[in-house]
Amino acid sequence: MHTWKNNDKTDSAKSRLPIPGWTAGVLAGVLFLSMGAVRGEFTVIFQKAVMICLECIGIG
Amino acid sequence: MKRIRLIVQIIYTIITNGYAYGFLNGKIYQGNLKYVCVPGLNCYSCPGALASCPMGALQALLNRRGFQVPFAVLGFFFLFGSLLGRFVCGWLCPFGLLQDLLHKIPLFRKKKRLPLHHILKYGKYAVLILLAGAGSLFLLGGNFAKTPAFCKYLCPSGTFFGALPLLGSNALLRSQAGLLFFWKLGLLLAILLLSVKIYRPFCQYLCPLGAVYGWFNRFSLVQVRWEREQCTFCMACKKACPLDLEPEEISVSPECIRCGACADACPASCIHMGISAGKGASAPCQDQ
Repeated sequence: MHTWKNNDKTDSAKSRLPIPGWTAGVLAGVLFLSMGAVRGEFTVIFQKAVMICLECIGIG
Repeated sequence: MKRIRLIVQIIYTIITNGYAYGFLNGKIYQGNLKYVCVPGLNCYSCPGALASCPMGALQALLNRRGFQVPFAVLGFFFLFGSLLGRFVCGWLCPFGLLQDLLHKIPLFRKKKRLPLHHILKYGKYAVLILLAGAGSLFLLGGNFAKTPAFCKYLCPSGTFFGALPLLGSNALLRSQAGLLFFWKLGLLLAILLLSVKIYRPFCQYLCPLGAVYGWFNRFSLVQVRWEREQCTFCMACKKACPLDLEPEEISVSPECIRCGACADACPASCIHMGISAGKGASAPCQDQ
């Protein structure tokens, strides 16, 4: 297993974000998941997923 | 790496589709795990599926009345994509595993790509935008309800892991199978047959989830790094890459599924797969 560190000054200067891109993505993901939870979207997903999806199996 | 990947794929598929009761009785799991999505394309109507499919969930949210941003699924995409990128495709997708296994069958002369690959590779973006996106917003079913267009008209994973086991064990469902089922069955058979000759044709040309995760490949936590300074340009990596990527492309290409074949093949050890602790795709590699 390897890790990488950004110790190249040129690369650092090019980088626009103060944090690694994946960290920003994870934070955005957590934010979106929270917003989805507040809006009740997990219930919509659950209700769809616990019924046999007739379209998915080519009947609906 | 090749053997480890196969073992991980098999174990992951068994764990996430481990509801044996469903297979035996033609029913699906209805527990609380279905509130969340797995990272890969995994039909929630598969009798064994323990969680939800992110692409099915996206369409379920788009099928609501009016247009509402599907935040929950965007959250799953950002979370899985930022951590793993298309590592999900290479290691954590049951339909990817199926295509990998079929490609091992010693029939036909193997090819990595279809002719017109440079155009066809954009097919997955068209499927994402037109079928999973616009199709789910605007196409109406027989009762004028919105319909999950990708699942309904294309998804071969749903046909293989959902329809075939359910229809095999549920006589009532079997009696209702009509033209749409045979359309999907034909598509599935075409993709499976093509998989014997071409490496993962569905993933390369049609999978909307691959299109989503490909966008994250540049900056995801799991990375494949190429060190130009040490490279002898022997092209062993390109020969080993099942997707025929050049060494320059491997780190950043949205096509790379992080299978690790390039890292295994490199005689100069200048390609590494691992965890990125830096700020982006351009970070140099350091051995731990």
